[in-house]
Amino acid sequence: MSQYVIEIDNLSKRYLLGRLRDPQVNMGEALVSAGRRALGRLRRLGRASPDRLDESFWALHDVSFAVERGQVLGVIGRNGAGKSTLLKILSRITEPTRGKVTLRGRVGSLLEVGTGFHPELSGRENIFLNGAILGMRRREIAAKFDQIVDFAEVGRFLDTPVKRYSSGMYVRLAFAVAAHLEPEVLIVDEVLAVGDAGFQKKCLGKMSEVAGEGRTVLLVSHQMAAIQSLCHRVVMLDGGRVTYAGDTAEGVGRYLRSLRPQNGSQNLLSHTVRQGDGRITIRSMQLRDTEGHTIDHAICGQKLVLAIGYRVRGGSAVSRVVPSFAIRDSRGVSLILHRSNFTGQRFDDLTGEGEFTCVIPRLPLTAGQYEVGLNIEVDGRVSDNLVAGGLSVEDGDFFGTGCGGHPGHSPVLVEGDWACQPLRAA
Amino acid sequence: MSAVMPLTVDPVTPAAGAHAAPPGREVVLRPGRRSWLGELRELWDYRDLVLLLGLRDVQVRYKQTALGAAWAILQPLMTMVVLNLFFGRLLGVAQHVHGIPYPIFVIAGLLPWTLFSTAVTAASNSLVTHAGIIQKAYFPRLAVPIAAVGAPLVDCAVGLLVLAGMMAWFGVAVSWKLMLLPLLLASTLTAVLGIGILLASITVWYRDFRHVIGFMLQVGFFLTPVIYPVKIVREEFQALLSLNPIGGVIEAFRAVILDTPIPWMHWSISATTGCLALVVGLMHFVRMERRFADVV
Repeated sequence: MSQYVIEIDNLSKRYLLGRLRDPQVNMGEALVSAGRRALGRLRRLGRASPDRLDESFWALHDVSFAVERGQVLGVIGRNGAGKSTLLKILSRITEPTRGKVTLRGRVGSLLEVGTGFHPELSGRENIFLNGAILGMRRREIAAKFDQIVDFAEVGRFLDTPVKRYSSGMYVRLAFAVAAHLEPEVLIVDEVLAVGDAGFQKKCLGKMSEVAGEGRTVLLVSHQMAAIQSLCHRVVMLDGGRVTYAGDTAEGVGRYLRSLRPQNGSQNLLSHTVRQGDGRITIRSMQLRDTEGHTIDHAICGQKLVLAIGYRVRGGSAVSRVVPSFAIRDSRGVSLILHRSNFTGQRFDDLTGEGEFTCVIPRLPLTAGQYEVGLNIEVDGRVSDNLVAGGLSVEDGDFFGTGCGGHPGHSPVLVEGDWACQPLRAA
Repeated sequence: MSAVMPLTVDPVTPAAGAHAAPPGREVVLRPGRRSWLGELRELWDYRDLVLLLGLRDVQVRYKQTALGAAWAILQPLMTMVVLNLFFGRLLGVAQHVHGIPYPIFVIAGLLPWTLFSTAVTAASNSLVTHAGIIQKAYFPRLAVPIAAVGAPLVDCAVGLLVLAGMMAWFGVAVSWKLMLLPLLLASTLTAVLGIGILLASITVWYRDFRHVIGFMLQVGFFLTPVIYPVKIVREEFQALLSLNPIGGVIEAFRAVILDTPIPWMHWSISATTGCLALVVGLMHFVRMERRFADVV
């Protein structure tokens, strides 16, 4: 028996655009266009008709990869990269145009939260209906019923129509049903985007538990934090093709770099709003990741390298140089200030052009938009000071638990370790 | 800050009683047609889904109505009263019906006809109304039109109770022929599924059929001996009339209820048409089914 649970060979999927845009084709039009096509075919008999081809669109193009048993694979890529089409084929919702997929084992897919939930039916009734749609037998659902209700935390509202549920309860119930499907291959599309932080945590826990039991998980998400904490490997799609397959950290880095194709380096020479005597000027700022690639999104909890390009005016060397950066929130409130002299570093005998780099081992900022200010002092006097530009931070795994803090609450994170020592039992 | 964010993380309890997963079946997905046999076997695997989808239609039907399930009784009764007044009395169809009260005559034809027309309508529209789940979950697509027949079937069962009540009221005798009732129901369902499945797979592409179906059924109502006895039609047209997959069945249904001679000939013609419709419907459905999600 092959070690691969999913094998995908040269998979392609073509959509006909006309049908995609307007599924409600009018029969009259169809008859007219069928007639016209027949006439056209008669007219240019024997010639190829290229006009039909440009109505189509390849959502997937020669995609091949394999997934091992027990592996959690992340599928990443920008919107329209073909991720959803891939999942739809793997879930057997739509058929491939070319190529082949081999699935070994029962596949459970969760492409939408609460597929087939009926608003008028009670939570109890919907558990059975939704379970059956996902491929469970009634007996199976009944056996897991209590677990599902426990997981969803909707016990009291079991006999209330789900149209009266809060959106949180609805999502919890829906995920709970799917989570108890116990397939050998679980396919999940972006469901983590819903629900509160606590429940997301629980869902992540459930998924890694599923993987721990030797089952295979295929996860599509735009949340890099979830991808990083769950996935053993990632496959990145772009324009319907696989552009990367392999290590998660590398794949996530590539994805984030792909979000904005132009690199994140900023030429600052033309900035006119600046202060200082100009003995050293700031030429550029770049953000880099672990491997030294330029990035334009930093990731919470990840290593970030800030590179500041400088130029020394004239021919004489300057000494006792202290570069610094400040990170401010969108209202301009300073959150972080780091000067090289904080760590006892000063730079001497600088001439010509060069670059300061500062390594932030684990970026302690939650997801959001920030502003970076740069400053260079020589001998305690400001040589150059300017606002270098924006810094956007993506959600990430700061605490090593998949958690990137609560961006809405506080932008700055700090490490900590909790303990509890009860003094007196009740 | 006012609100306190939930910081607690509930430990996930391991799935207690998680049984060993069934041995892995290998499934190969590639373009092309699927086998009939595989299709039907899979439908059998999903029989609970058919049941639950049908049950849902029944449960949802009378939610938030004041009269609730009473509608299932009121509807055939009211239709019967209206038909009795207009056709029976005003247009004088009743004088062609001998030996049986016209209301019983009408309702005995109306019940199978209503089952046929509501079920065909529901099945034909079912794929479009279930577009949401068709695009988001995999299951044998045949489950959808089949399940759509459930609610009309329940209504028909209620209607039969009404009929039984009326027969008692009018003092109509019951005969051994009632034993044929299950066979008649099977015959009706064959026709319903054949036509419903065919129209469902066409309606996915051409919504025009939603309007066409209503019109066809309206015409069908008059081409089927529901409100008139078939013998008022000229002899040579009677067989033609039973080409209608439900016509002969309704005649037989009425004969069974009213203890008159069973029109075996007409029934078997209708049943053959029904079976033919089922084969054609299934063939078309299985051919088109894999593209439903892209089109619906």
